[in-house]
Amino acid sequence: MKIIVNGEPRDLPEDASVADAVATVTEAPNGVAAALNDEVVSRSAWTATRLTEADRLEVLTAVQGG
Amino acid sequence: MVPLTEGHDPLVIAGEEFGSRLIMGTGGAPSMSVLGEALAASGTELTTVAMRRVDPSSRGSVLDVLREHGIRVLPNTAGCFTAGEAVLTAKLAREALGTNWVKLEVIADEHTLLPDPIELVDAAEQLVDDGFVVLPYTSDDPVLARRLEQVGCAAVMPLGSPIGSGLGIRNPHNIELIVERATVPVVLDAGLGTASDAALAMELGCDAVLLATAVTRAQHPARMAAAMRHAVEAGRLARLAGRIPMRRYAQASSPFEGMVKSS
Repeated sequence: MKIIVNGEPRDLPEDASVADAVATVTEAPNGVAAALNDEVVSRSAWTATRLTEADRLEVLTAVQGG
Repeated sequence: MVPLTEGHDPLVIAGEEFGSRLIMGTGGAPSMSVLGEALAASGTELTTVAMRRVDPSSRGSVLDVLREHGIRVLPNTAGCFTAGEAVLTAKLAREALGTNWVKLEVIADEHTLLPDPIELVDAAEQLVDDGFVVLPYTSDDPVLARRLEQVGCAAVMPLGSPIGSGLGIRNPHNIELIVERATVPVVLDAGLGTASDAALAMELGCDAVLLATAVTRAQHPARMAAAMRHAVEAGRLARLAGRIPMRRYAQASSPFEGMVKSS
């Protein structure tokens, strides 16, 4: 199925979780947070939260700013 | 020696004490090592970061620099144009960084980067209700500062002039009005260019100064960071000392009695 991760379409297996999708963009999930369709998914729920076709996932971290 | 201040003189925000009244930003530094040197020279204990999509190719994190120097992280919502974007960004920052503190920025347009007051108050209210310690970047409007305080913000952070402009404090009168009426800390945020701007902010009665560009884009960032540290301390002391009133005419500082007479 197609999932939009940080604005880019990605092909993931049908039973993919938020954790699987995060792993496509970063290996180090420390200091990282994810929002699924504009709702934050807490890290403890990443593995249990299944994705569905056309979900939008944003994966953010801290960068220089302000 | 007489103590210069009564005991220690910490900045207190939401019950938390900071020994330094200089809050730093991290944007604009040419490298992580230059940033680290500047932060160390500034003496800051609280420093902002932005939240962005992870970049798989990026190496070294600004968080490592802050950790190395024992500096507390303050995530911001820079780049958000609506209350909705800012609230989501703040929640992501809380999840990623494990802090419920946020520097709230909701800007109106990319040209001025001035705050959108309507969206700002809306976002502040939502975040306060959700348990955040909200530090809003605001225009130098005493009425808006008051409204932000009323919805429960832990500080108000009026701009001196537009972000990154280096124009200093364009309306010191408004900053004084905000300081006079505020019951939460006032942090002068944005627009400072050099050390005298930071000293002026403190002399006007601000509790702290937040700056980034003036240091990170200076020719010698660490040197300017040290200058800012001293300026904030000098301005604070001058404020506590109570300056002399301005006078229209001179007032001799040497006595006129006992002058030599010439014939």
